Amino acid sequence: MAEVLEKPKKEGLFSKKNIAIIKDPLDDSNPVTVQVLGICSALAVTVQVKPAIIMTLGVIFVTAFSNLIVSIIRKSIPTRVRIIVQLIVVATLVTIVDQMLKAYMFDVSKKLSVFVGLIITNCIVMGRLEAFAFAQKPWPSFLDGIGNGLGYGIILITVAVFREFFGSGSILGFNLVPQWAYDHGYVNNGLMMLPPSALFLIGGYIWWQRSRNKKLTNIS
Amino acid sequence: MENLLGIFVKSIFVENAIFAFFLGMCSYLAVSKKIKTATGLGLAVIFVMLLTAPLNYLILTYMLKEGALAWIHPSLATVDLTFLAFILFISTIAGAVQLVEMIVEKFAPALYSSLGIFLPLITVNCSILGASLFMQEREYNFSETLVFSVGTGIGFFLAIVLLASIREKLRYSKVPEPLQGLGMAMIITGLMAMAFLSFSGIKL
Repeated sequence: MAEVLEKPKKEGLFSKKNIAIIKDPLDDSNPVTVQVLGICSALAVTVQVKPAIIMTLGVIFVTAFSNLIVSIIRKSIPTRVRIIVQLIVVATLVTIVDQMLKAYMFDVSKKLSVFVGLIITNCIVMGRLEAFAFAQKPWPSFLDGIGNGLGYGIILITVAVFREFFGSGSILGFNLVPQWAYDHGYVNNGLMMLPPSALFLIGGYIWWQRSRNKKLTNIS
Repeated sequence: MENLLGIFVKSIFVENAIFAFFLGMCSYLAVSKKIKTATGLGLAVIFVMLLTAPLNYLILTYMLKEGALAWIHPSLATVDLTFLAFILFISTIAGAVQLVEMIVEKFAPALYSSLGIFLPLITVNCSILGASLFMQEREYNFSETLVFSVGTGIGFFLAIVLLASIREKLRYSKVPEPLQGLGMAMIITGLMAMAFLSFSGIKL
C-alpha cells in the first residue's frame, strides 16, 4: 500500500518505461543472441519463412499470457513448487496453440511437428517467468512477454528469410530468382536447407550485432 | 532386434538431438565451458531421459490414447485424451527430476554436489521433452522407446563433451572480439553438425 500512496498519479499504460520493456528485447537484450535463451526451437523451424512466422506468433502468445497469468498469481505460489506451477501454466497455453494450429492450419502444424510442443521448454518462456514475471506487476510482465516474443521472432524470421532465399530461391513461396538465372547456371545453395546453415547464420548475426553494439561484447 | 540397433545408432549419430534438431541447445551452450561439468550434465541427461521417456510411454498408452480407458468402463472406449499429452509429459518430467534430485541428495551426496545445480536445469532441457514427443509422433513401442531414449541421451552427452573439449582448446586461440564466446560456439556447432551430416547416408 505504501507504494501506491507515494505515487498518486497512475502510470500510463504506454509510459516511457513500458515502451522500453517492449523495445529492449528487440536489440540490446535480445533473448536469443544476448540472453542465450530459446535457441532450441529457434533453429529447426527456419527452413521456410511461413512456419517461422507461425512459430513466432505462437511464442508471442505463450510468453505474453504465461507472463500475465504467473504475474497475477505470483503471490499465492509457494516458492518451492514454483517451477511445476509455471510449467503447468505454460503447458496449458501451448496446448491451446497446438489445438488451434491443428484445427485451422493443419499443414503448418504437421511441418512444425514436435516443435510446437517444445515451446513449453523454450527457455525464453521459463527464463522470463523466473526473471521478470515472478517479481513484477501483471501489465509490465505482459509487455515484457510480447517484447521477448518479438525479439525471438526477429531472429527467427531473419534466419528464415536467408535460408529460404538462398536455399530455394523464394520467400513465402514466391519465386524471386528469375528463370534466366537458373538457365545461366545459378544453383540453389543446398547447404541452406540443412541444419548447420542455421547455426552459421546465427553466429554471423551475433558477430554483426556485437561489432555494431560494443557494450554487448563481454557477455559470455 | 536389428530394428532396435538401427534406432539406437540413428538416435546417436544420424539424428543427433543437438546437431539435427537443435534440442537442448540452451544448456548445451551454457554448460559447455569445462569438460568436467559437461560430463556431469551429460550423464544426468542420459539418466533422466531413460527414466522419463518410458514413463511417458506408459502414460500415453494406458491413459491417453483413444480407447485406453476402456478398462474402467466400456463407455469410455471412445475417449481420446491425447490433447492432454503436453501437460502430463511435462509434469512427469518435472516430477521425475525432483525425485532424482532428492534421491541423489540423500544417497550420493558427493555426486549431488558435483551435479546439484544442473539437475533442476534438466526439467527445461528441450531434448528430454523432445524425446517424449518424438516417441509419440513416431509411434514407437515400449522397447523402441527405451532404446531411443538412451540413444538420444548418449547423443546429447557426446555433443556436449565434444563442444566442451573444443572450447577448452579455443581459449588459446585468437578470436575476433565480437565473435568470442557465443558467436564462436555457434559456428563451431555448425561445423560439428556438418561433420555429423556425413552419417546421414547410413542405412541400418
